[in-house]
Amino acid sequence: MFKIKGWSLIRFYTILVYIWMFAPIAVVILLSFNPQQFGTFPMEGFSFKWYGDLFHNTTIIMAFKNSMILGSLTAILTTAIGIPAAMAFIRYEFPGKNTLNTLLLAPIMIPEVVLGVSLLLFLRWLQQPKSFLLLLIGHCVLTLPYVLLVVQARLVGIKRSYEEASLTLGAGPFQTFREVTLPLLTPAVMAGMLFSFSISFDDVTATLFWATAQSQTVPVKIFAMLRNNISPEINALGAVMIVLTVSIPLLAGYLARRFSRRLE
Amino acid sequence: MNNSIVQLRNVVKRFDDVLAVEKMDLDIEEGTLVTLLGPSGCGKTTILRMIAGLEDCSEGDIYIKGKRVNDVPVHKRNLGMIFQDYALFPHKTIYDNVAFGLKYRDVSKAEIKKRVTRALETVRLPGVEFRKPAQLSGGQQQRIALARAIVIEPDVLLMDEPLSALDENLREEMRQEVDNLQSELGITTIFVTHDQREALSMSDNIIVMKDGLKQQEGGPEEVYDAPVNHFVADFLGHCNFYACRILGRENGLLKVEVADGKTLYSEHDEGWDVGKELELLVRAQKIEVVARGDTIPDTEVNIFDGIVKSRMYMGGEAWYFVELQDGTVVHAISISREFPFRDKDAVTLHIPPRHCRLIPKET
Repeated sequence: MFKIKGWSLIRFYTILVYIWMFAPIAVVILLSFNPQQFGTFPMEGFSFKWYGDLFHNTTIIMAFKNSMILGSLTAILTTAIGIPAAMAFIRYEFPGKNTLNTLLLAPIMIPEVVLGVSLLLFLRWLQQPKSFLLLLIGHCVLTLPYVLLVVQARLVGIKRSYEEASLTLGAGPFQTFREVTLPLLTPAVMAGMLFSFSISFDDVTATLFWATAQSQTVPVKIFAMLRNNISPEINALGAVMIVLTVSIPLLAGYLARRFSRRLE
Repeated sequence: MNNSIVQLRNVVKRFDDVLAVEKMDLDIEEGTLVTLLGPSGCGKTTILRMIAGLEDCSEGDIYIKGKRVNDVPVHKRNLGMIFQDYALFPHKTIYDNVAFGLKYRDVSKAEIKKRVTRALETVRLPGVEFRKPAQLSGGQQQRIALARAIVIEPDVLLMDEPLSALDENLREEMRQEVDNLQSELGITTIFVTHDQREALSMSDNIIVMKDGLKQQEGGPEEVYDAPVNHFVADFLGHCNFYACRILGRENGLLKVEVADGKTLYSEHDEGWDVGKELELLVRAQKIEVVARGDTIPDTEVNIFDGIVKSRMYMGGEAWYFVELQDGTVVHAISISREFPFRDKDAVTLHIPPRHCRLIPKET
């Protein structure tokens, strides 16, 4: 007779957990290839129809463009701010350092709703209209902590003696940063950028508060579409989003590992 | 002025409330190799880093080539520094590592190439230009670090425990190499170490430090044979210490009484008053050990009988711990080719009066 051992139970249970976690995602991807209007199983045929519709839906293409531009700008800005900030926190002593560091990391702890509302209220107080700039600033606030954490962690691992050697050899502080610190920091900078991009790319909660009609992002657009009707286009869009948001962090991790291995 | 290339005047370094270096005066002559020797935390590395400009001094002045450099930033001081962990740039090739310092000096591309090649030849590692540091062994990396530092023709070469990461054999080899290179190039070198053998074998001058204070400064023989206090004596090698009192003078020798009533004679006499309490020190290597009954030529003083209590075979030398009749244990190191005595052997010790040193009593 088949004997059920403790370990096979655990294995069975683990498989169930994974199914529970990934089945909805798998269904979305599968149904996106279903030609019928209402997704049912078993699927009757296979087509790229909804992907085709997707590429002809101008508002979605607009939203996609917005998301890409927003994500890229957020990634560039946060690394531009994050690298010098991380340098300051790790390499220099100044009063109020710990407080400031906690403050910069706080957006991770604060619920996004609170962040969303407060930035909006702040804008009201400044008597400024909602705009793409607001969205960009908001996303930078959201993603900066992640960039900071990644870059700081790497910076701690870069021995001071590299920089000191460079200084004693005659390179000034800026040249030392450009020639020694930054190249050694590259994996973290890449990872930080990709993190920043993917967080910005799939943020819903805060973005709902900040987005205007012109500056809708893909997740916000999906949310809006879901309220009106359940079109299979959403499945296709969902599949695209899933592939993008899963592959980017994976790529980030891979790049980080490859670069750091090459440096050793 | 003298021909000191590096001078420290009243240099003090405080880290928050901790005094790392206390009122340090230092004169380093051009072309010499000077070692800062001391246990960890004695301030030796801090001094080196202050000379390099990697730390500020809290008080005092530092002069290089007669010019006050307190406010000159690191990259303008023209010094070569070798770090304990080599600090070769891991993302650059060996060529780019060695050429690094030349890029910031007015040197043409062709000249850089020439000088890098020559530097690599000097450290006996030609042909590794296009490898990465990780592809070289520890000793090779240290040579590249050396090449990188000397290629810029620095005024002073600063070395921060450069050999401590290497294993014993390699350390010996590199020690000779650094020493040869230094005398060949005639480059003023300040060497920081906690290894007294390194210090003794390489230096023109040794500065022994403890707790941020200079204890003694002098040539290797002077520091080793004529230590000024207990710490210096102990740090530089195996010593026997005995509290003692001056009894008087006999036949041109100083007669001292050791705590338990033994009398010894010493050639070392700085005119102390009779009755003065001092500490007697004898280096373990200077004590002769012979079998009981064997005669020791030309002397009748400082001879004691004892029993070998324990012994240690150290390869090139034999360590004996000899117990005298009154229970005092004497550490003697003999470098004879044989290892003749065993535990409980009856032996006679001879402590030559010229190797009996007297130092102030430890308080």
